[in-house]
Amino acid sequence: MATAAEIEKQAEAREVRNRWLLSAPALIIILLAASGPLLIVLLYSFLTPGPYGDVEWKFSTEGWVSVFLERDIFDDTLSFASAHLTIFWRSLRLAIMATVATLIFGFPTAYFIATRSERTRDIWLFLITIPFWTNLLIRTFAVLQVIRNEGIINTGLIKLGIIDQPIQMLYTDFAIMVGMVYVYLPLMVLPLYASMEKLDFRLVEAGYDLYASRWQVLKRIIFPLVRPGVVAGSILVFIPAIGAYVTPSVLGGGKNMMFANLIELQFGQGRNWPLGAALSITVMAIVMVALLVYVRNTSSSEVRHG
Amino acid sequence: MNLKSMSMAAGLALLASTSLASAAGELNIYNWGNYISPDMIKKFEKQYDVKVTVTDYDSNDTALAKVRQGGTGFDVAMPSQTYVPIWIQEGLILETNPGGMENFKNVAPEWANPAFDPGRKYTVPWAWGTVGVVVNTDDYKGDINTWKIVFDTPDELKGKVNVVPEMNDVMHAAIKYVGGQQCTGDKEVLKKVRDVLVAAKPNWIAMEYNTIEKMGAGDFKATSDWNGSALRQRINNPAIHYGYPVEGFQYWSDNVVVLKEAKNVDNAKLFQNFMMDPENAAMNSAFHRYANGIAGSEKFMPADMTSAPEVVVPEEFKKNGEILQTCPPEVTALYTKIWTELQK
Repeated sequence: MATAAEIEKQAEAREVRNRWLLSAPALIIILLAASGPLLIVLLYSFLTPGPYGDVEWKFSTEGWVSVFLERDIFDDTLSFASAHLTIFWRSLRLAIMATVATLIFGFPTAYFIATRSERTRDIWLFLITIPFWTNLLIRTFAVLQVIRNEGIINTGLIKLGIIDQPIQMLYTDFAIMVGMVYVYLPLMVLPLYASMEKLDFRLVEAGYDLYASRWQVLKRIIFPLVRPGVVAGSILVFIPAIGAYVTPSVLGGGKNMMFANLIELQFGQGRNWPLGAALSITVMAIVMVALLVYVRNTSSSEVRHG
Repeated sequence: MNLKSMSMAAGLALLASTSLASAAGELNIYNWGNYISPDMIKKFEKQYDVKVTVTDYDSNDTALAKVRQGGTGFDVAMPSQTYVPIWIQEGLILETNPGGMENFKNVAPEWANPAFDPGRKYTVPWAWGTVGVVVNTDDYKGDINTWKIVFDTPDELKGKVNVVPEMNDVMHAAIKYVGGQQCTGDKEVLKKVRDVLVAAKPNWIAMEYNTIEKMGAGDFKATSDWNGSALRQRINNPAIHYGYPVEGFQYWSDNVVVLKEAKNVDNAKLFQNFMMDPENAAMNSAFHRYANGIAGSEKFMPADMTSAPEVVVPEEFKKNGEILQTCPPEVTALYTKIWTELQK
């Protein structure tokens, strides 16, 4: 005879089993869809490039070696692949700058929205999401239209007599930054708003009551409380920014490669798929490590009162 | 959806796909974007009672990779001459023997027996052109028939030159500029090429494809470009002219091929033959603005093309051009390294 406890145990086990069974389809899809393509990329990085693109099914570490080392085609010496490093550094620098810039613009914006009345907040949020209705490429071309030599800003300034020669803004790093900040700003504002909305503004008032300056309130009260939003927003901006392809090509003029262009070159005219695959995995690994360090450093320090 | 309705739907889908595949009167064309005359398609559809579907690709490499994967459902594609030997070698295209087709007599003699497809066993001419330089002569009055515009930029054009980022085209131009042979693997020559490119780059403003609009708006004052694009720019602005570099320029040609996996082989062959008819080829040229390699098509072309120096290569420059070939993989690997160093 089964005791009541045993029956209960069985029921519990059954429930656990059912839960796993029911979630199995979702789990399988997630595992296959997320790791399947990555495994193929990993596999390709260890194969031999075919003569005209594609791969030959012969094991080779040449792809990985040429990520880090390059044989000089003129004096045949082996040295560190400085071209890859230069290109990676450019992508990384722009991604970090874009993240910081969106944070600088996004933080006050989110704070402004969070401090409105509940009804107007929805309107502001709605306005923030409007750019998402338009394709990324079209938004980028809109920026181009504004900053080009015969664009709105330059023709406006010339008409007003402030300048007589157009200022070259298009095809500069400045243009890339404007484009990236414009495109990625909503990705920063929305998570920031989500954590600011939960902010207890009585704590801010309490700070002022205790003679804290505005700066002190921001630094010691608001910022620590909305830190999860800052982390989430930074990650959401940083990841697409480091792989940015369209914005730098259209606004930067494509003279200097981004990491994404370098990868594309290997799958296109360069015809070196294993190197392209190895480069993709390298950038992914670096981003993952950087994010782990970042998240650990920013979220582990709990808010201390006292 | 329950199991019964699901299997029914699957059955219907299967039925639909098989009936699509076997239906007479279809042709699926895989082509570069904005490169086929809609009027000409209508004419083909009407003449042979065939429904034509056109899908775009953006580069030879995209097309090659996709067709190699198979299962595309395309019947016809338009690879460039440097890629035709690769498509043949990889067994991707059907030997339809256009050289024996009814309309082959119309193919211009210089395109009837090209090195990339001796005897025209696989391909039919679609369009051909050149790669040269485009200059806004309001800003620069000097000689424009030289690669110096790009590689030793005159002061008036410094910081206003664009280079179309086609690796093989840029490498060919730079090799010709330093006096080398196309597809060379000679380290001495390539070293000069690398030095020329690296020294020239600071004078460039951009490396992008969108030349027609940017030359029109004045963002660029000069660019390397294809001749058809140059013609469209001159039509917009008469001050924009096309130069044939004396150091050497390339001829290219895109070609109609029938895929091995084509389901509508008969219609695809009809299309190959159709494209060698001068009137049809002219209709197509009037749209994409390139010459077509079919003799007698000039009669049917718009007047602004038959006299255009961009389309009809002036006699004095003809000798400086050569058809770009397929470079061996080990040479391409060298070019990729120089290209990466240029853009780092």
